[in-house]
Amino acid sequence: MKLTILYFASLRETLGLDREVLEVPASVMTVADLRSWLHARGGVWEKALASRSAVRASVMQKMAHPDTPLTEGAEVAFFPPVTGG
Amino acid sequence: MPVRVQTQAFDFGAEIESLRAARSDIGAIASFIGTVRDLHEGTQVKTLTLEHYPGMTETALEEIVGEAQARWQVYEILVIHRVGTLQPRDPIVLVAVTSAHRGEAFAACEFVMDWLKTRAPFWKKEQTPAGERWVEARAADDEAAARWRP
Repeated sequence: MKLTILYFASLRETLGLDREVLEVPASVMTVADLRSWLHARGGVWEKALASRSAVRASVMQKMAHPDTPLTEGAEVAFFPPVTGG
Repeated sequence: MPVRVQTQAFDFGAEIESLRAARSDIGAIASFIGTVRDLHEGTQVKTLTLEHYPGMTETALEEIVGEAQARWQVYEILVIHRVGTLQPRDPIVLVAVTSAHRGEAFAACEFVMDWLKTRAPFWKKEQTPAGERWVEARAADDEAAARWRP
């Protein structure tokens, strides 16, 4: 499955990346699966996406939950809790 | 347009006046203006930079406005939120609500701000004399938003 993944704010800075287009294996079906898969890259990914880190996600520009399913061509984003206003 | 995300400054007085002048059945206008402080947790803030998620931010704000329109009898809801680098005293956000009566206007205005704080993808970074730091989300904001669960 092909996904476009965006990273924002402190997460973008820690990872040194604002977007990437990825082909993920069929086992990656949800937001939580994708987070674990990226976490397994190690290094900064392991630190930034550790389960204790407060990371939020969206799928197709809507706030998502860990069990939100991913679909072919989806735009997924990871970011810290929001601080606007 | 009821939702605007922009780098340019805005004139909240002129925006509120425009809402007021638009119709004659308004009996109440409630507004909230969030501004940049020069002090945060004991540290001087020189400038504040706001990042957002273009597209999703506007959609999230429109959904919040829609939810407020569904919950309260209000006429217009305007949300303007700046992004980019701001100076102390600069307005960051304006929420203005017009209604026949104050109760609905107050409630809808507070609701929009509480949900905006926890659901709209904006992130603040402060430039201080000791360097830059990302602002952390506050538990109090989650608690404020949780009050509005139906």
